[in-house]
Amino acid sequence: MVDATNPRGAKPKPRFSGRNIMLYGTLIVICMYYILPLWVMVMTSTKGMPEIRLGNIFSPPVEITFQPWVKAWAEACTGLNCDGLSRGFFNSVRILIPSVILSIAVASVNGYALVNWRFKGSDIFFTILIFGSFIPYQVMLYPMVIILRELGIYGTLWGLVLVHTIFGMPILTLLFRNYFSSLPEELFKAARVDGAGFWGIFFKIMVPMSLPIFVVALILQVTGIWNDFLFGVVFTKPDTYPMTVQLNNIVNSVQGIKEYNVNMAATLLTGLVPLVIYFISGKLFVRGIAAGAVKG
Amino acid sequence: MSETKPLRLLRNVNAKLAAIPMVLTALVVFVGGTVWTVFYSFTDSKLLPKMKFVGFAQYDRLWHNSRWLISIENLAILGTLSLVLTISLGFILAVLMDQKIRFEDTFRSIMLFPFALSFIVTGLVWQWILNPDFGIQSVIRSIGWTTFEFNPLNNPSLVLYGLLIAGLWQGTGFVMCLMLAGLRGIDEDIWKAARVDGIPTWKTYIFVVIPMMRPVFITTLVIAAAGVIKLYDLVVAQTSGGPGNASQVPAMYVYDYMFQAQNLGQGFAASTMMLVTVLIVLIPWAYLEFGSKKHG
Repeated sequence: MVDATNPRGAKPKPRFSGRNIMLYGTLIVICMYYILPLWVMVMTSTKGMPEIRLGNIFSPPVEITFQPWVKAWAEACTGLNCDGLSRGFFNSVRILIPSVILSIAVASVNGYALVNWRFKGSDIFFTILIFGSFIPYQVMLYPMVIILRELGIYGTLWGLVLVHTIFGMPILTLLFRNYFSSLPEELFKAARVDGAGFWGIFFKIMVPMSLPIFVVALILQVTGIWNDFLFGVVFTKPDTYPMTVQLNNIVNSVQGIKEYNVNMAATLLTGLVPLVIYFISGKLFVRGIAAGAVKG
Repeated sequence: MSETKPLRLLRNVNAKLAAIPMVLTALVVFVGGTVWTVFYSFTDSKLLPKMKFVGFAQYDRLWHNSRWLISIENLAILGTLSLVLTISLGFILAVLMDQKIRFEDTFRSIMLFPFALSFIVTGLVWQWILNPDFGIQSVIRSIGWTTFEFNPLNNPSLVLYGLLIAGLWQGTGFVMCLMLAGLRGIDEDIWKAARVDGIPTWKTYIFVVIPMMRPVFITTLVIAAAGVIKLYDLVVAQTSGGPGNASQVPAMYVYDYMFQAQNLGQGFAASTMMLVTVLIVLIPWAYLEFGSKKHG
């Protein structure tokens, strides 16, 4: 795929032609549609409830308050628990770290074996994996519940870690396989001649040469796992719910008075992790999702 | 590199051991899990899976359940609309972005950032913006137009459009990036030739560029279609399937019957139907892919 990040040709000269005004005008209007929800989230979450009832959701707060944020983080209720979103946050972190490490470790070794150590049938398993990524998760949910129950980790964080490792495998394996197959084969051969083995070549040559793709995989997995809802709700129990599940329970709970500012603060807090990753990673994010998608 | 010499058969043992997770995932979870679910969809499983075969009774019940019928109808409507809209809007955005504009990176960052957010966050924000008492409707009413009506989330005949607004907000930026990569992949000479022949730009796009971008369109189509079939989190967060059953989708039906209503057989039958839906999308695509490869 051609690099999508650089425009072709020389920089255009700034002109105030009718065409340019139309073009930039359209783009700016479109961007407003994209920014609007983010704007509304920030504005709503920094207002007090009386101001929300009186004013409109687009206007900035007259009196800025961070109370909704504190409340969302530490006091918001789900069912009987009133310890706020912080619990979900730490659950998500505890799910995220091992899931990311394990899924990337497994998938990178898979990709490496598929490129450099092909054995009879290895490509068949890979094909199954890729086609498997199109099967709706719903089809495999219950068998997965049984597998986890047999392993004795159903409802635990480790069960969910295993689920993320398994269902992240197709896309990550594809990512690593494509990257490793683009590395010069001579390197691998030279290392073989020097007597390096499977793991030696992997750790001493492949991993150090592939840091960019590890970063791409990291971005892909961190955002993907953080944003997961379905696996969280199926494979964990209320006290180990990840942040997205807890957020949904807080906002969509039917009891109590709706505190829209707290809800929006909670929503924004949950979205903050992927947003930060997105804005830090910049073009790598685009590369990650494009690599993941174009060869689905 | 890939051939295994009999004497060195042991050499590949490491690779085979390393590939065990992949093999298990492919065979046990993807193939095994799918076969298991399809198999048990012909049984009368309630709280626990059991081997009491009832033929197609679960499917019969499924296709006579009004909630399922609504779900399928919604899937068809949402699928058609979202495919047409994501692809056309994504393409138009990509064309706008490809006009050698300034601040391209900024525009792209803005259009793509929602894609980093989860469907839960997306659904909750749009639920708030579309809230009739505080959101767009109330703001427009407060500036004078007191009969203004925009309350899609509480109107059964409009609720799907409410979901669509949110879904498009989240996903079009991504499609735009795919399309932009496709546009950038087109040879500059094509444009020069078209210009020399005096073909207007819009004609070049429609008759030359779009046919050349066929693979990108097909990939986008498949990704978007697979995404719509799996659609779950967004509906849970934004409408919970309401008002009434007006915004139910198949994935919600599966979850509710499997994990809430303790009616596993129904859940298995419904998830099998989801698999069939994916296959309906996937098989023509695989056919096209392989077909075009054979013809070079």
